Amino acid sequence: MTTIKRLTTNGIALAALLAASTNLAQAQTELTLWYHGAGNEVEETIINRIVSDFNASQGDWDVVLEAFPQGSYNDSVVAAALAGNLPDILDVDGPVMPNWAWSGYMQPLAIDESLIENFLPGTKGIWDGQLYSIGLWDAAVALYARQSTLDALGLRTPTLDNPWTGEEFMAALEAAKASGDYEYALDLGMAWTGEWYPYAFSPFLQSFGGDLVDRSTYQTADGALNSDEAIAFGEWWQSLFDNDLVPGTSQDPADRDTGFINGSYAFAWNGNWAAVAHLEAVDDLVFLPAPDFGNGSVIGAASWQFGVSATSEHPEGAAAFIEFAIQDEYLAAFSDGIGLIPSTPSAAAMTETYREGGPLNVFFGLSEAQALVRPVTPGYVVAASIFEKALADIANGADVADTLDAAVDEIDRDIERNSGYGH
Amino acid sequence: MAALKPDNHGLRLAVRYAVLVLIAAIFIFPLVFMVMSSLKPDFQLLSDTSSLRAFLPVGDISLNNYTAAFARAPVGLFVFNSVLVTGLTVLLSLFVCSLAAFSFVFMNWRGRDVVLTIIIATFIIPFETIAIPLLLIVSQLPWIGLDGFQIGWLNSYQVQIIPWIADGLTVFLFVQFFRDLPKDLIEASRVEGASWWQIYRKVVLPLSGPVIATAAILKFLVMYNQYLWPLIVVQQEAYRPVMVGLGYFFQLNPAWGEIMAYLTLITVPVLAFYLVLQRAFIASIASTGVKG
Amino acid sequence: MASKLTQSNKAGWAFALPGFALIAAFIILPFFFAFGLSLTNQRLISPNPTAYVGLDNYRNLLGLAIITLEPERDEAGQVIRDADGAVQFPRVRTITRSDEFPQYRGMREWFRWQSGEDARIVIASDVVFMKALTNTLLFVMIVAPAQGGLALCLALLINQRLRGINVFRTIYFMPVVVSIVVVSLLWRFIYDGSDGLLNNMLSGLTFGLFQPVDWLGNPDTALGSIMAMSIWQGVGFHMVIWLSGLQTISPTLYEAAEIEGASKWQTFRYVTWPGLRNTAVLVLIVITMQGFALFAQIDVMTNGGPVDSTQTIVFQAVERGYGRQDISGGSTISVILFLLVLTISFIQRWLTRERT
Repeated sequence: MTTIKRLTTNGIALAALLAASTNLAQAQTELTLWYHGAGNEVEETIINRIVSDFNASQGDWDVVLEAFPQGSYNDSVVAAALAGNLPDILDVDGPVMPNWAWSGYMQPLAIDESLIENFLPGTKGIWDGQLYSIGLWDAAVALYARQSTLDALGLRTPTLDNPWTGEEFMAALEAAKASGDYEYALDLGMAWTGEWYPYAFSPFLQSFGGDLVDRSTYQTADGALNSDEAIAFGEWWQSLFDNDLVPGTSQDPADRDTGFINGSYAFAWNGNWAAVAHLEAVDDLVFLPAPDFGNGSVIGAASWQFGVSATSEHPEGAAAFIEFAIQDEYLAAFSDGIGLIPSTPSAAAMTETYREGGPLNVFFGLSEAQALVRPVTPGYVVAASIFEKALADIANGADVADTLDAAVDEIDRDIERNSGYGH
Repeated sequence: MAALKPDNHGLRLAVRYAVLVLIAAIFIFPLVFMVMSSLKPDFQLLSDTSSLRAFLPVGDISLNNYTAAFARAPVGLFVFNSVLVTGLTVLLSLFVCSLAAFSFVFMNWRGRDVVLTIIIATFIIPFETIAIPLLLIVSQLPWIGLDGFQIGWLNSYQVQIIPWIADGLTVFLFVQFFRDLPKDLIEASRVEGASWWQIYRKVVLPLSGPVIATAAILKFLVMYNQYLWPLIVVQQEAYRPVMVGLGYFFQLNPAWGEIMAYLTLITVPVLAFYLVLQRAFIASIASTGVKG
Repeated sequence: MASKLTQSNKAGWAFALPGFALIAAFIILPFFFAFGLSLTNQRLISPNPTAYVGLDNYRNLLGLAIITLEPERDEAGQVIRDADGAVQFPRVRTITRSDEFPQYRGMREWFRWQSGEDARIVIASDVVFMKALTNTLLFVMIVAPAQGGLALCLALLINQRLRGINVFRTIYFMPVVVSIVVVSLLWRFIYDGSDGLLNNMLSGLTFGLFQPVDWLGNPDTALGSIMAMSIWQGVGFHMVIWLSGLQTISPTLYEAAEIEGASKWQTFRYVTWPGLRNTAVLVLIVITMQGFALFAQIDVMTNGGPVDSTQTIVFQAVERGYGRQDISGGSTISVILFLLVLTISFIQRWLTRERT
């Protein structure tokens, strides 16, 4: 008996020891997560909540967040990739994703497809037939106006089904200018250099019938960015500045923030992330759809998304975190926090502003009806930077056809030097 | 002050001061604008920019922007990192560069002129243009620290310090200054049997107050204002310096009041450094017996 | 100084070594790395293998050609003129985008002049780079003498015995203390086109006669505005360098001049200025180098615009290397810049050599 008892005691001790050692072996593996929201209190609070909820919800992974200032986030990631120092999970701006995927910074995202069935198309980062990234929100742009302005100028309120035509749009701007009540008729946000230009203004080009590159092959911009339609877009674009309808490239960023609110600008072309602040300041704010310049009303789509870096040793852990993060609860939290469109209708129903009858519900419709993703190609990053310069130059009086030709040459040279960017 | 020659011409004195004050106004107004703006709420700050109110502490004055700035970003950490990196680099740089300059000016050795020409030529190269190659180099360098041996210098203080210690401009500053020092002094010490190190330490350095101050200020400014380099070699907040930290305040809608508060805060260490050096600088002139 | 007494190879190398080794490792080595990249098609981001391309990058930046355009004529052979009487020429793109002239493919007009009835047009492979080159040279040519001269005036002004002079010296130095990025941000408010401080001040001083200028948004004023701000920002630093030079001049020389009865100008010309020779070389070289490295102001204030009027060499190097992900192109620019400045500093050295 004593022997048996000893054995049993030993057995229990052994079992305890084994349990302890497996526990040790299963100690949480650290996963690093990079996010672009440093200094943004709202975003940091939500992302921190997701991280701590996730860490508490399971015992395998311990996610550690490193936040970066948005303005230099892409540079930080590229530098880290060059130096071989990428994290496990990173967030990536939708149109940039193909560039990073193609260069081997990211790996396909293995998450349960059924989880993202209901996600808005702009939130899914797909390159080369594979899902690389998924977004908790989408962004949309609208023409901000006051109902009182529309009434005073005697303008028809455009709708999704019946947006303003190009002529109606220009007539509205001319009317605002003629009223003498405004410093400028329209604020395009020229102070926001960077991705805003291609994101916000290439839809105008597309509505005219042009595009950044030829999307049938992605091998040239010739015939897309310097077509007759594109030149018509360029002439129109230049006329906005020549006729003092919009502030130019030297616009003070502070005027961009306050100009529409304090009544210096009659209309503003702005994103839904600014909507909450504007709703607080302007009583009769309305969000109008993009004008139709002949080829349909178009706005951009795709915002920040989460993906897994190619060098991550624990893609399954990274995927587990992303699956956790895309729950409706968090989608709704981000939407309420920063005013962006939640990726699913069920999350939208949980929000203050995007639920049925909510003040921003209109953006859901806009996104659904007008959204067109920026060209899905690794070459987009360079093409966008070239397009941005062309837009600024034309705004400042450069010859339209020559500038667009030069942009085409530069984009084509870039595509050639990258051996076609893998298309 | 009693030693000053009294200037009896009251009117001329008044004109002199008037000129000095006028010029001072030109140099100081953007900084007054910065400090005053840091005390105002955004809306007032922006509307004030169009008038003289921008330079006056009027309206809704408070320290709220400072509180908000500390809440938004770890300001103290950024300033600490910058001051640490800058201070160490300046000290090491002064030593290494003055030593090299000493050998170029006072010593005669084979290859001297070639090496000096090469070093001076390097300050033609703007840092921005070699940042990526340098990144690739430092990411492969070995380091033995408290955590043991590791490859790669990313996310550390040394990666922000060591590549910046020696530079052509600092060497050149010292060389130009040393050339004006009396050579007989060095020759005499040599004859008396002093070692090169003793001459450097006991003869040349004590005479070098002005150039040390100048080189230190220049290096301090370069280091304290580092942006591109820390941006690409530091991914952890723990090592971030002030200029990268500025990015925390540039959200899509920049918080201008907080930005001004942050800018005011990060300017304080540099100003303090200059004021301290200025005293040392004047003291050193007095001690060398060169009086204006 | 070639006496045996000072010949000391080992000690000389030992003193110079720490500095030289650091410079070799962290400046010279990466620069050779960059030079190597300039001969390849290396991209910042790419899975494709790197290939040697010889001098292609240099040709793409520096390629120039002159073409001649004949005026457009109607059926009768008469030159067509527009409403203002200006001769009408075919567009340059009819040549640069035509398959007839593959050698001009991708080139753009840089500038043109009239030669008889024809127009001569200089076309460049990279007009933006050409503009960056000329803007940078212009910047250096104006800022170097202006900033150096103003700094000397300030140094002379501040080098007098007056109560509280230290306070003024500190104030003049203040803009130097503030980061150029910060200064550029502040000056954007000052230069604002509609209700900026500068416009309002000028308007106030002229009793409203002055029409507001969009200082940074107008191609004619943008570069000048950046020059003015740069001079303002850096002048205090060079003032301090001049001051340290002034203070090394022995007071006995001034006393001698006073005894000789020299005028103020004579004292400056024959005592002060010769005593500042080394300082002058230093100031000139430092300003020139800083001028060629012009970047932060452009990056914060204009991004090279409007219409390339503020493009600079370093801004282009950064824009290509990072913005356009073309690290070989960016490296090529830095090599060209290096050679350019090296040439210029040899010329400067030759001009400021000690004449014996």
